[in-house]
Amino acid sequence: MDYFLTEEQEMIVDIARQITDERIIPQRAELDEKDEFPRDILADMAQADLFGVPLPEEYGGFGGGCLDIVLALEQLGRGCIGVGTAFAASALGIYPIMISGSSEMKEKYLPSVAVGEKYAAFGLTEANAGSDASGIQTTAVLDGDEWVLNGTKQWITNGGEAEIYTVIAITDRSKGARGASMFVVETGDEGFSCGPKEKKMGIRASSTTELIMKDCRIPQDRLIGRKGTGFITVMKTLDSSRPGIAALGLGLAQACLDEAVTYAKQREQFGKPIMAFQAVQHMLADMAIELEAARALVYGAARHIDAHPKDMSKVSSMCKVFATDMAMKVSTNAVQVMGGYGYMREYPVEKMMRDAKILQIYEGTNQIQRNVVGQELNKEYTRA
Amino acid sequence: MLLVDNELCIGCGLCEDNCAFGAIEVVDGIAVVGDACTLCGSCVDVCEVEALTIEGGPKGPQADFAEWSGVWVYSEFRNGMLAPVSLELLGAGRKLADARNVPLGAVLIGAGTGDSAEKLIAHGADRVFRADHQELASFGDESYGAILSGLIRQHKPEIILAGATAIGRSFIPAVANELGAGLTADCTRLDIREDDGALLQTRPAFGGNIMATIVCPNSRPQMATVRPKVMKELDFDGGRTGEIIEIQPEPDQLASRVRILETVVSENENVNIQESDILVSGGRGLDDEKGFELIRRLADCLGGSVAATRAAVDAGWIGYPHQVGQTGKTVAPKLYVACGISGAIQHVAGMQSTETIVAINRDKDAPIFNVADFGLVGDLFEVVPKLIDQIEKRRKQ
Amino acid sequence: MKILVCIKQVPDAKDVRLDPETNTLAREGVQSIMNPYDQHALEEAVRVKESLGGEVTALSMGPPQAEDVLRQAISCGADHGVLVSDRSFAGADTWATSYTLAKTVEKLGGFDLIFCGKQAIDGDTAQVGPGLAMRLGVPFVTCVQKVREVNPTTLTGERMMDDGYDVFGVDYPVLLTVVKDVNQPRVPSLKGKMKSKKATITTLTADDIGADAACIGLPGSPTQVVDVFPPPARGNREVLSGTVDEQIEQLVEKLAPYLE
Repeated sequence: MDYFLTEEQEMIVDIARQITDERIIPQRAELDEKDEFPRDILADMAQADLFGVPLPEEYGGFGGGCLDIVLALEQLGRGCIGVGTAFAASALGIYPIMISGSSEMKEKYLPSVAVGEKYAAFGLTEANAGSDASGIQTTAVLDGDEWVLNGTKQWITNGGEAEIYTVIAITDRSKGARGASMFVVETGDEGFSCGPKEKKMGIRASSTTELIMKDCRIPQDRLIGRKGTGFITVMKTLDSSRPGIAALGLGLAQACLDEAVTYAKQREQFGKPIMAFQAVQHMLADMAIELEAARALVYGAARHIDAHPKDMSKVSSMCKVFATDMAMKVSTNAVQVMGGYGYMREYPVEKMMRDAKILQIYEGTNQIQRNVVGQELNKEYTRA
Repeated sequence: MLLVDNELCIGCGLCEDNCAFGAIEVVDGIAVVGDACTLCGSCVDVCEVEALTIEGGPKGPQADFAEWSGVWVYSEFRNGMLAPVSLELLGAGRKLADARNVPLGAVLIGAGTGDSAEKLIAHGADRVFRADHQELASFGDESYGAILSGLIRQHKPEIILAGATAIGRSFIPAVANELGAGLTADCTRLDIREDDGALLQTRPAFGGNIMATIVCPNSRPQMATVRPKVMKELDFDGGRTGEIIEIQPEPDQLASRVRILETVVSENENVNIQESDILVSGGRGLDDEKGFELIRRLADCLGGSVAATRAAVDAGWIGYPHQVGQTGKTVAPKLYVACGISGAIQHVAGMQSTETIVAINRDKDAPIFNVADFGLVGDLFEVVPKLIDQIEKRRKQ
Repeated sequence: MKILVCIKQVPDAKDVRLDPETNTLAREGVQSIMNPYDQHALEEAVRVKESLGGEVTALSMGPPQAEDVLRQAISCGADHGVLVSDRSFAGADTWATSYTLAKTVEKLGGFDLIFCGKQAIDGDTAQVGPGLAMRLGVPFVTCVQKVREVNPTTLTGERMMDDGYDVFGVDYPVLLTVVKDVNQPRVPSLKGKMKSKKATITTLTADDIGADAACIGLPGSPTQVVDVFPPPARGNREVLSGTVDEQIEQLVEKLAPYLE
């Protein structure tokens, strides 16, 4: 379908497609097999200016909108959502600074992220605080002109690979939702370290570790925005980033559909290609229909966000849920169409199905997204 | 330029259907020529109303062809050895020379060529032009080119053949440009056209998807490079006699602006399987890594490289660079000998463009036999050693 | 440094097939691409520019639509694009092409370094690079697999040979043709793509370069294609019969063309 992209958007798609076809696809199986972080591929993306897409022009970026980053991530997702996640997590890590940071702070951190020289990471989740962010136990206490952080963040994407970490910590527990603040922690800060790499079911090219802060001392000016605005910043960050996760789902599903149709056309059973059997055709048709419906929703949501940046929660959650549930289903069905071959590592759909699962879990589980949509509906109908 | 006579054109579309390059299209009932036109003339031939003409045809004869006579072969010599293709070219050159009823010459350039000239005569040459000089020990485009073009100017052979090797494909184009000669690369077939004695040169194009026959109607000499292993060498005949003409290169012919600092001869193990014309490939049927010794022996015997299936690589019998298939390399050699390979589609995907596929497998129902040009049902541990013996026996004959 | 890279727009060879019935090219869905070897030549040219400074000019001879590959070259780091295009170039073989490119290079004022791909994938002749060098009177090295060192006056590198490689050194000006091992071409950057959209491509005609009509296009080409046909069809699938020894005997017979 023609989504009437601008010339600039077509360029972003072209570049991301080329990186995906020439760099990611040839390497993805090995990266998955070896749990290897894709430094070389990320360097190629940096060279191609992709890291700059979501960052403002005044800090060396392209000032791209939500749809621009969605288009880039959709292509990367077609290759490997592990690589796509490593790339997207850097944007996620820098969003808090873009959203709430002072201009000095932006000047300090944004340019190196915009050119892919440094990666960022976002530290929210803890052992007892996942979907329920109020369970956060990491604390930050002002001691003289330094903040002292204590606590452990869990399952942090780009942990150990990034140099800039934006983390949330409780600054005043008595203030409830207004008692948390966000900080920038850098590699090399006193008392800061990353745990060993976690072993995961999928997206194994991405790095996932703990962030350990033990009397971690950082300068006072590492506070992002005003004290007590941490939760708001986190919510805005996730609202901005979720369409990107949806886009990874679109790319992954597209790749599954491509593999499954190609296979169905050449695999012969009972004397004809299995594509000739209606049972198979209908599965493939459903995959294509649901994929296109999801794409229309994600692109539409991204355009809405670009036009109405203050009204993004509901559409952002809607597109994340729909596209990632679709990606899980399509990848499962791709394996089914390909039968035993699909289950083998020789073909990429096995990895895609393993990878797809995380899309329904991270950056807010799909259950939490439905809560958001439900709450927004409640608000809307109350107002009316 | 291809001209369309709008008065005569009836817009029938025959020209459009016959254009191999998609360069002509009927628009509003009139043929319109596009930029892709190569002036091949096939549309002119099919046009029933004679609406098409090619203006400014090929240039007229450049010189009196009668001055140009004889067939020459550039006999490549490097690192103390004649390249095998040199002898193959003498076999092809001999046929052309006999068809034209002219002598066959060989040009030998190098240092320390020993009895190579005599060997060239024994393999069919009537005359050998030998430039043996210490300064010519390593190949240089400028020095070799200057000597060869000097000789061509002096002796005026009508046909010059060279191997389509790294050396031949490097300096022969420069020589052709200097002489204003037509040059056809990588010929797989050479014939003499009966009506005018011109050389018909057939070569693959578009990565082997198309064959083209080329002539040089209006210029001499006619030059062609030929792929190794395409032509057949003549048997060694020690009784043949011929003339060896010593060439003393002029000092300016030895000058070269490119300095060769070092020559490195690589080990065979580094061979890229995608570059090999012949691959012998092993699969699960080899049982263990010792099986690959057998595969290697057959590969050496055929002058090819060793390939493998994913199963064999995963079993640790051979390294990943040898793997062919969906997760390995895609290859398109001339000959692919599959030993103990069942022929799973993910393997076949990586080698189905091969010119000739041979399968050796003890299971007569193995899918590999569906893609093989020649299938041999049997135990590879029995078949392969016998095959090696037979090939060696045949070579000795 | 004044650096030139010669680029050809070619049909994607893997899509090209001859229809055996009609003997015409099955051209549906055939994409035009930058000749893959030329992508490596371009990358090497841009790398030399990045290390020594200077400008890279991309030159192509072809129909007006070949402008696309020049824009692509600019998106990957070339500074200028020059298209030499004229209906009278039609039918040019490698000899006439070398002549035309040489006249264009003279018109553009000469270069320190010229990079070409080893060959174009539509013709696979590998003749235009050496031919162009010969006409310009500059030394050349073909099949360069590695550029070891560049400095403002000389270049050293490795030239691929059938049995290994030669290490060479040469002063400028020089023409090099490169093989794919020489580098990994970069993906165009977003900034480069935007620049390439706006770039002006210089177009030169036969008159602009002062070409002699007798040396260009079909009239200037010593070689002419007289027949085009599909390669011989795949042999019949054949399972050999008889005892193992008999089968081997038959097989060796069948393999004769590969045993010479």
